[in-house]
Amino acid sequence: MDADPAAAVSLTGVHHAYGKVIALRGLDLSIPSGSKLALVGPDGVGKSTLLGLIAGVRRIQRGSVSVLGGDMASTSHRSEAAPRIAYMPQGLGRNLYPTLSVIENIDFFARLYNQPEGRQHRRIDQLLQVTGLFPFADRPAGKLSGGMKQKLGLCCALVHDPDLLILDEPTTGIDPLSRRQFWTLIARLQGERPAMTVIVATAYMEEAGEFRRIVAMDDGAVIADGSRAELLARTGSTTLEQAYIELQRPERRGARAASSVPRREWVGGPPAILAEGLTMRFADFTAVDHVSFRIEQGEIFGFLGSNGCGKTTTMKMLTGLLPVTEGHAELLGKPVNARDIMTRTRIGYVSQSFSLYEELSVRGNLELHGRLCGISGKKLVERVEEALARFELTDVAETLPDALPLGMRQRLQLAAACLHRPDVLILDEPTSGVDPAARDRFWSLLLEMSRRDGVTIFISTHFMNEAERCDRISLMHAGRVLAVGTPHELQVARGAESLEDAFIAYLEDTTATGSEEQAVNGAIAFVEPASSPLEDGPTTPHRSRLASVRRIWTFARREALELSRDRIRLAFALIGPLLLMAAFGYGISFDIEGLRYAVLDRDQSPESRAFLDQFSNSRYFVEQARLDDEIEIDRRLRAGELKFAVDIPPGFGRDLLQGRRPEVGFWLDGGNTFPAETARAYILGSVRTYAGELARASPNANGLGAETLRVEPRFRYNQDFRSVFAITPGSLMMLLIIFPAMLTALGVVREKEMGSIANVYASPATVGEYLLGKQLPYVAIGILSYLSLLAFAGGVLGVVPKGSVLALSLAALLYIFAATAFGLLVSAFVSTQVAAIFGTAILTAMTAAHYSGFLIPASSLEGPGRIMGLSFPALWFQTISLGVFAKGLDIAAFSQELVVLAGFAVAFLLLARLLISKQEA
Amino acid sequence: MRRWMENAFRLGIKEFASLSRDVVMVVLIAYVFTFAVYSEATAMRTDVNDAKVAVIDGDRSTLSGRIKDALRPPHFRPPVEIDRSSLDRLMDKGVFIFILDIPHGLEADFLGGRNPAIQVNVDATTISQAGVGTAYIQEIIARETASYLKHDRAETLVPVNTVIRAMFNPNLEALTFTSSMGVINNVTILAIILVGAAVMREREHGTIEHLLVMPVSASEIIAGKVWANGLVILLAAAFSLHVVVEVVLRTRIVGSIELFLVGTAIYLFAVTSLGILLATVANSMPQFALLSIPVFVLMFLLSGAFTPFESMPRALQAIMDLSPSTHFVRFAQAVLYRGAGIDVVWRDLLIMVGLGAAFVVVALYRFKAMLARQS
Repeated sequence: MDADPAAAVSLTGVHHAYGKVIALRGLDLSIPSGSKLALVGPDGVGKSTLLGLIAGVRRIQRGSVSVLGGDMASTSHRSEAAPRIAYMPQGLGRNLYPTLSVIENIDFFARLYNQPEGRQHRRIDQLLQVTGLFPFADRPAGKLSGGMKQKLGLCCALVHDPDLLILDEPTTGIDPLSRRQFWTLIARLQGERPAMTVIVATAYMEEAGEFRRIVAMDDGAVIADGSRAELLARTGSTTLEQAYIELQRPERRGARAASSVPRREWVGGPPAILAEGLTMRFADFTAVDHVSFRIEQGEIFGFLGSNGCGKTTTMKMLTGLLPVTEGHAELLGKPVNARDIMTRTRIGYVSQSFSLYEELSVRGNLELHGRLCGISGKKLVERVEEALARFELTDVAETLPDALPLGMRQRLQLAAACLHRPDVLILDEPTSGVDPAARDRFWSLLLEMSRRDGVTIFISTHFMNEAERCDRISLMHAGRVLAVGTPHELQVARGAESLEDAFIAYLEDTTATGSEEQAVNGAIAFVEPASSPLEDGPTTPHRSRLASVRRIWTFARREALELSRDRIRLAFALIGPLLLMAAFGYGISFDIEGLRYAVLDRDQSPESRAFLDQFSNSRYFVEQARLDDEIEIDRRLRAGELKFAVDIPPGFGRDLLQGRRPEVGFWLDGGNTFPAETARAYILGSVRTYAGELARASPNANGLGAETLRVEPRFRYNQDFRSVFAITPGSLMMLLIIFPAMLTALGVVREKEMGSIANVYASPATVGEYLLGKQLPYVAIGILSYLSLLAFAGGVLGVVPKGSVLALSLAALLYIFAATAFGLLVSAFVSTQVAAIFGTAILTAMTAAHYSGFLIPASSLEGPGRIMGLSFPALWFQTISLGVFAKGLDIAAFSQELVVLAGFAVAFLLLARLLISKQEA
Repeated sequence: MRRWMENAFRLGIKEFASLSRDVVMVVLIAYVFTFAVYSEATAMRTDVNDAKVAVIDGDRSTLSGRIKDALRPPHFRPPVEIDRSSLDRLMDKGVFIFILDIPHGLEADFLGGRNPAIQVNVDATTISQAGVGTAYIQEIIARETASYLKHDRAETLVPVNTVIRAMFNPNLEALTFTSSMGVINNVTILAIILVGAAVMREREHGTIEHLLVMPVSASEIIAGKVWANGLVILLAAAFSLHVVVEVVLRTRIVGSIELFLVGTAIYLFAVTSLGILLATVANSMPQFALLSIPVFVLMFLLSGAFTPFESMPRALQAIMDLSPSTHFVRFAQAVLYRGAGIDVVWRDLLIMVGLGAAFVVVALYRFKAMLARQS
């Protein structure tokens, strides 16, 4: 089948597998330009894989994928097409930068896609108004609620007016009002730009129904393709949700939960959950404002509300995770107390984001959970098997959660929360991202638990058909509870046709002056011709060198912004090196003085005392209490009290006078060799001085003082022989590699762990641009650090460069480039942040301390240590640092070293570039 | 209490699973306890070893020849003869640490009683070798001139017969010292980073929060991390000492390795607790990474493992007494090199226990505050 030239997307025989798991099996699909398509299907059937392949962020394994008139297997076409594609990956704001504000996030994406400045500002304003994010423009993305993050993600995807918009479950976890606004926005956009193709994966059937074409997938293949009417006709269903469930393989369908819920029976006893005037204040705003409600035992209580209204905070207070600012909360008749372990065994909690262990398999997680709740042995095995079966996780029992789609991860969380059969379940949007059939089965489980076992369920949700199944629901907005009642009561009270309408009516009431009003205004403004984005005409992405420089700048700017948000980190980066330089300067000293020794004088003659005076008068030695016998020598040396002991034999004085060369024993503590060697040298020196004095005093004695050859040591570069002059150039070398490397070491791996690396995959930027952009702010920090260290060394330690400061500065610049590039290399290589920190620490600190001429002169290195030294920039910088500080050399002496340092910088960066692929597997 | 033990045990087992998933990390740990220890021990000497020496022989006499011949391994590499004009350049480049300048007519002047001198140019930036090496050269020259004057033994110059015996390490080999100190430094860095970053990671992934909703207390979480990671490091250190230091490097450890491992276990308790404490102080992984650098660098450079503790200023010694590494290094040197028993080292062990307990208490106290701040 040839690719249809009119098609925006055309896939032929696409096959994709992750190890043994097959995600797509020979899929064919053609999507005409300007069409709007919804992709539906259960979790884990290959929807996300398909979207990733179309967006070009996944590597094609087999088959052909043609997008926007070119083959996505070709790198050059991908980079040409990238600016015309917008891809929003699954997950609650995984591709956002949490410390950047809303507006900064959007701005970053606009710059990444080279949007012209003026147009960009207008565009961002429009998007913010339409999505209702305008009042939150300056809030950090990490502090937004899940739904708001999704909206922001959409803004980021839309900012560059794409021709192809790919959204992977974009409305997951978004409240109904926002969702409605969201789709209005998409519809308008498409109305203005009819050529734009939109592909959306969604779990909301009512949303899919709005699309002209619906593609249902199962098990890596398309099982149905057509309009809403066609699908309904084919399955003989009345609603799309029903049609969808009919389309599934029978084993997937499971029991259908009755939409009419049996009445709850009164169980009596204290309320399961009681909240009275519950309030939570953070520094500057009130997240939860005097919330009161009462949930009876066995009740299913639904918690609805707009995004960011305080639902999660309320739930966290009830679990004891957050301290209550004001008010009172009770669980099962007892006040909530974070220390009350026994109450906790009766609660099951599912948090909004995945909070189980990524490094344990599905089964491993469940087993750990069970054990921690006190279940063990056979009972544990049974419970885990039962949970796996109940939540349909048996097939993936040995898989790591990371490899599972969002819906399955949520099911795993639920399975864990229910494993210990709690009396109360607190579920924070447990079904966000879960496909309809699975949600259906999940609800039948909840109903069963509630009605049969009397479990109380406190659940927050954005799905209206779920809210309808609750016994009672409460509507929350901006930290306050607006209404509490049965779904029917609320609907009647507002005179609304559906619960969703009632909900929206409540929200609109309260927010007449709030964000949503602006959203409506924004939406109106949006359609006015004056602000139509089409006015500017289609963007022509330029792939010039200028564009590349601008993208590097964009990455650098973002990194710098993130860094500037983190004052503590910035302070560590600048103060840490100074602190260490001070500690090294004062602390590392090879000046050995005050060696502790003791004497065993078995002669006690004037001669022995004269001999010993040599030692007691020296500043190198400090005499300790006398020794009484030989055994004491061993004991006190072993205890570390003494560095050496002097043993003078009986008859020493007599033998000396008779020229019989009496033997004097010196016992050294040889454990630590450096002080031992130094002590040995001092002892021999003292004995020589003694001999000389003796020779002068009595010419008849055996001394030949005058006839020894004189030795004149000339201590060069450091006449006073002070450690600080030798240590400071070396500490500069150490500090300028450890800190800059550590600053960049988390760069790439952290983005991998957090998910924001996907932006690089999808954007027109190259990996090289990304790395360089990431590196630049840290180079700047490194330079600041270098200057402060230089000032500190000169001003405080009194170590001033004697040679060319220019040479030192140039070397420092290259060295910092190499160090930051090394950090990026480590980051690209490892798979976890832990390994990145440890690897960088070990490799930089060890190599710099041992193999770079810091404590050991470079010329004395041998074996593997020498090779390690030579293949790391530290040794080369040390030569320059020492040369400039101590030896007063000029730049001409360092031409080779400077070239090598530059070589390291380039080589590390290139290696890192090779290790990061622009696509996922 | 039983429940507490069980949970701590379970959470520890989970740590093994986490660690074994991270292949790069496992390889790094293996590397630092084997190859890194080996190369550090063989490359690094604190005493003078293989120092590069050059001689400017302006005399070319028997005496100057004897002196040149006497500069021998292991302390010095065989001297290289150079020209006086290249003296400054070679010193600047750091090619040689010592350059002996033997003046013309040295032998004649010496025999004529005109008291000549040999100048020794010392690169004083190589602080660890310059001082001791100069003393060696002085000794060698004195010995050679004496024997040149046909005295049968050098010592006859001196009216007393000085016998120096190094206890515990008769040949004053640096290998034993550096290799086991290398193991200790690796223990320090690994303990702080492995445990601290593991806590940080759990914070960032929300798993700690999840645990705290379950019937699990913060102290159980901490205990699980400490024992499991501590055990991994302890086993690695034991392997390193027995196999790398004793078998491969063939060094003799005087004291009891078992006592040493008991001390290491105590030290690990203290340092892993410190790692957790740091993780509760920092707000994010990058902050933790930067915060940990000064901590472990100071702990390993100023603990007495590299330079003598006694040479540090008093104030700094007092500060470093608060670091478990100082006590551990003192303990390790006593046990490993001097064969000291528990009667000598009990004080350092007790202080380490105390410091560890203090870290745990503060870490526990900060745990809740840290969770509240996060959300």
